[in-house]
Amino acid sequence: MAAYLIRRLIQAVLILLGVSLVTFFLLYLLPADPVRQIAGRSATAQTMQNIREQLGLDQPFVVQYWRYLSGLVHGDLGRSYLQKSEVAVLIWARLPATLLLMAGAIGCELLLGLTMGIIAALRRGSMTDQSLMIVSFVGVSAPQFVVGLLLLYVFAVKLGWFPIGGYGTFGHLVLPSLTLGIVGSGWYSRMMRSSMIEVLRQDYIRTARAKGLARRRVVFRHALPNAILPIIAMIGIDIGIFMGGIVVVESVFGWPGIGQLAWQAIQRIDIPIIMAVTLVSACAIVLGNLLADLVTPFIDPRIRLR
Amino acid sequence: MTAASVPERATARTSPPRSALSRLLARKMALLGMALIVLTVAGAILAPWLTAYEPNTQMFDGLTIEGAPLPPGGAFALGTDLLGRDLLTRILYGARTSLIIGVAANGLALLIGTVVGITAGYFRGWIGSLLMRFTDLMMAFPALLLAICLAAIFQPSLWIVALVIAMVNWVQTARVLYTETTSLATREFIAAERTLGAGNLRILFRHILPHLVPTIIVWGTLGISTTVLLEATLSYLGIGVQPPTPSWGNIIFENQTYFQAAPWLVFLPGAAILMLALAFNLVGDALRDVLDPTQRGRD
Repeated sequence: MAAYLIRRLIQAVLILLGVSLVTFFLLYLLPADPVRQIAGRSATAQTMQNIREQLGLDQPFVVQYWRYLSGLVHGDLGRSYLQKSEVAVLIWARLPATLLLMAGAIGCELLLGLTMGIIAALRRGSMTDQSLMIVSFVGVSAPQFVVGLLLLYVFAVKLGWFPIGGYGTFGHLVLPSLTLGIVGSGWYSRMMRSSMIEVLRQDYIRTARAKGLARRRVVFRHALPNAILPIIAMIGIDIGIFMGGIVVVESVFGWPGIGQLAWQAIQRIDIPIIMAVTLVSACAIVLGNLLADLVTPFIDPRIRLR
Repeated sequence: MTAASVPERATARTSPPRSALSRLLARKMALLGMALIVLTVAGAILAPWLTAYEPNTQMFDGLTIEGAPLPPGGAFALGTDLLGRDLLTRILYGARTSLIIGVAANGLALLIGTVVGITAGYFRGWIGSLLMRFTDLMMAFPALLLAICLAAIFQPSLWIVALVIAMVNWVQTARVLYTETTSLATREFIAAERTLGAGNLRILFRHILPHLVPTIIVWGTLGISTTVLLEATLSYLGIGVQPPTPSWGNIIFENQTYFQAAPWLVFLPGAAILMLALAFNLVGDALRDVLDPTQRGRD
């Protein structure tokens, strides 16, 4: 187990190195000029040259990347080109909002997805089952920004139950979480349904029923704990999908997380911020996948981690 | 299993296997999906005949006296947008954008995914590990973030958007086909073929690829759904297909500032995106059930 973990962590570091290299290279190839963004339209060629030298952007690619990397291992993510602040500070300031949204979104996904999946599995083949599966299909086919705008329109503009956007209270959290939750819950409900059906087929469930246990007890105490394990693995993988979704949802709801930070940085070619957000997201994905793999032996004891 | 379903299953087993197509057509959800796709394709092709307006013409009578867009109903069936253009016309022409990108971007992604997956799975060795490590690397990128980055960097046009989407969407296909190819490559019939002196190319095209066709079809169909959503999202952020070329995403992008007063400008194109993505998901899912023998008998 320890050997496995060490090997996976080394792999994770290599992947993150690769991600940083690819992103850095893409940004290096950039046809748009970050110096132009910093200096403004009226800057002279001399000013632009000075800025370029100051930021080290006149150096060859290898030198630039090496500088970035050596900063990175010392925990230095560089300075934002436009926000006159350390990138690490900006990320730290934004991270809590994004983590809160992530918790809210995963909570909504699980609540909606598991409920739908369990009901569908118990009523397998019925109209309820079919309708729930159509609902989950609609969920996964819905664009996040349309769901977000729809919820905003109905619950904030028309009904006035929730604020139109922003951050601070529990009320602010509901609609963005629900947006991500509705879109994501479709995968969970389908997964939960098939996993539950699989478990309900097992002999020990028949035994539990045969010895006269109440249906509720069989479902919740005997079947659910086993059926839910694949879902835990799925949360790990879901984190990756989530990291992309926040850019859209945070911009729809004006949620001050790293998604908005990234979006602003991309529009203004603020390279250090783009690099940092990409790396943070990649970290989340790698850790999520690791989590998914670590729970696999619990799902199926025949699988050993190697 | 109830008593009534037993004889039914028994007869189903003994009757000759029906073709994949007829099994597909027996599924209501698949039919619904196909109907929606046909509807969208027809709307896109027949757009000039279905509407009396041009997609980019700003009409004087397309706005109220105060300069606000017209609601659905009246001369403009679905109302007009902020610039006084007919919304129905823009949605119909926008279907062209979605379908072109859906097919082009997804086709390219499928091609890259297939080549990478099969090459890595069949040849293994250092080429295989190099390709798969790169695939792992791509999987660690948040796809949407990468697409947003790429689209913002390059000046977006229809084909650039398609290219960007293909660049981030091939990864899943490559992974799946890699796994299938590695298990196929170790089977006896491939070893037999090789003993008979067949070359790599012959084995790949005559023996491996045909076995992968069902998987490629399934992932190809599901991938169009992902592509449609990704294009809409990029266009909604303003870095996808650029106005005045209509796309469902950029119709929402252009009109969202006004969405509290004119919600139809956001929700009608939104419904179109949902419908098309849903259609390809329904068909893809049904195809998976029909084509994948390991899934047969499950539901």
